[in-house]
Amino acid sequence: MTQALRTTDPAPVLEAVAIDKYYGSNHVLKNVSLEVHPGEVVCIIGPSGAGKSTFLRTLNRLEVPDSGEVWVGGQPMGFELRGGKLYELTERRVAAQRARTAMVFQHFNLFPHLTVLENVIEGPVQVQRRKAREVRSEAVAILERVGLGDKIDQYPGQLSGGQRQRVAIARAVAMRPLFLLFDEPTSALDPELVGEVLEVMADLARDGMTMLVVTHEMAFARQVADRVVFMADGAIVEQGPVAQVLEAPREQRTQQFLQRVLA
Amino acid sequence: MSTPGTHGERLATRSPLPQVHLKHTGRWISAVIVLALLVLLAIGASQGDIDYAAIPSYLVSPVILEGLVNTLILAVVAQVSAIVIGVFIALMRISQNPVASAFAAGYTWLFRGLPVLLQILLWYNLALIFPRLQLGIPFTDIVFVDLSTNAVMTTFVAAFLGLALNESAYMAEIVRAGLKSVDRGQIEAAQSIGETPAQRMSRIILPQAMRVIIPPTGNDFINMLKGTALASVIGYMELIKAANNISSFNLQVMETLIAAAIWYMVVVSVASVGQYYLERGFDRQDRRPGGPPKATSLRRRVAADLGRAPMIRSTP
Repeated sequence: MTQALRTTDPAPVLEAVAIDKYYGSNHVLKNVSLEVHPGEVVCIIGPSGAGKSTFLRTLNRLEVPDSGEVWVGGQPMGFELRGGKLYELTERRVAAQRARTAMVFQHFNLFPHLTVLENVIEGPVQVQRRKAREVRSEAVAILERVGLGDKIDQYPGQLSGGQRQRVAIARAVAMRPLFLLFDEPTSALDPELVGEVLEVMADLARDGMTMLVVTHEMAFARQVADRVVFMADGAIVEQGPVAQVLEAPREQRTQQFLQRVLA
Repeated sequence: MSTPGTHGERLATRSPLPQVHLKHTGRWISAVIVLALLVLLAIGASQGDIDYAAIPSYLVSPVILEGLVNTLILAVVAQVSAIVIGVFIALMRISQNPVASAFAAGYTWLFRGLPVLLQILLWYNLALIFPRLQLGIPFTDIVFVDLSTNAVMTTFVAAFLGLALNESAYMAEIVRAGLKSVDRGQIEAAQSIGETPAQRMSRIILPQAMRVIIPPTGNDFINMLKGTALASVIGYMELIKAANNISSFNLQVMETLIAAAIWYMVVVSVASVGQYYLERGFDRQDRRPGGPPKATSLRRRVAADLGRAPMIRSTP
């Protein structure tokens, strides 16, 4: 039911249009298009080397596509629309566009010279220029929500992998982004620490956060995703509701992949 | 595997065997040799033709102290300028702009390639090729600034330019190595929260690069303190020139040079201690579980090292 409502939402929060990307002569993204609506949780799955992470990184322009457009909240990423033409922006202006998005990395990438709280308030205070006091209390609330209320004055080096990734999620949420990008958030974690991170992500999804998740966690995709996108060889092979893509895939490539990972 | 119970019982009842430790004969032999050499050295030094009693008075003589102050001024001013220039050259070197990068590479190549003494001499004798320094529009009569080169190029300025520009080339390489040592993921994380290139550099990359930059910079500063001695060649009144000035009157060459040597050792030792505390200030990310608490002020850390609580004492 909710699925039908969401896909008919007239204003997608994120649109990728015909993205192409080459590394040298290697064609890593082939005409990839995707639309994400507010509140949707989209999981991107597929074999390694399929271009999942590269595609995710074009969405906040950490990776610059060779052709195609990415529209975030109605703005073309990396460009300004004037008189029917897209004019490329300086890195400074692109940075301002990125501040409307947020990303969680496979290797956390917390700032090791800043405390947990300083990591979380860095973006809101330095980039969004919001009031420090207001941001601090909001950051503490977010950290409490991810179960790290007692760690705010510690340094990342003093935390476990699972705790670090939860700080990274808090840092992303504190940006009040239009959507959250997750790049294999549990792949670098010890198996027993994966659960605590997925729990936090499921909690955000229940709260209505728009999320794009590149993941190998099929159980997570099944429980939390509204839509699953299967990518292989730099292209989207198949996408649709969980029940369709994971339970009754139409494409042979999807069937083969699922057989291998679920075996 | 046999049952653990029988093993445990046997090990528990057996008394441990006596252990015989290494004798470290080599340490004793080397200690005797070193001690003997030191005694010989002391005997030799005591019989030398030198007026030891004069050295303490040279240490605090106004001429030597002036030389000491001039040495410190030249070293600090040259090193600070070299750091500032070095940071800019390093940023140019790693920038995407090919013109800036090539300029920085050429700058480093030139100022690192020539001996410092030669550079000092070239600056000092600049008037031989350019008698006047003028700032204006070439091939017109418009001149904004017109100065005599010899008036500008004092011994201090020449020594400063030679030392600072040479050091800036080394600093550029040190800073570049520091910037490159920061994980690529840090830049991406800073990008992902919308930081501009300037914010990424000042808030994320440089603070982390400092850990790599500070130790070799401390080394370079110690070298700079000693390198100022080259300025004596063009007559700048630093420690060695001061010592020579005294000995040219009374011929106590060794006594005055030893006084200068003692000051160098004092200054270098103080700089080394300063470097130690500076490095500790940037070690925050090394914290592991159970490590020391959050970073405190430099004063507290020094006080803690001296084994007393930091407090502001009121006068009795």
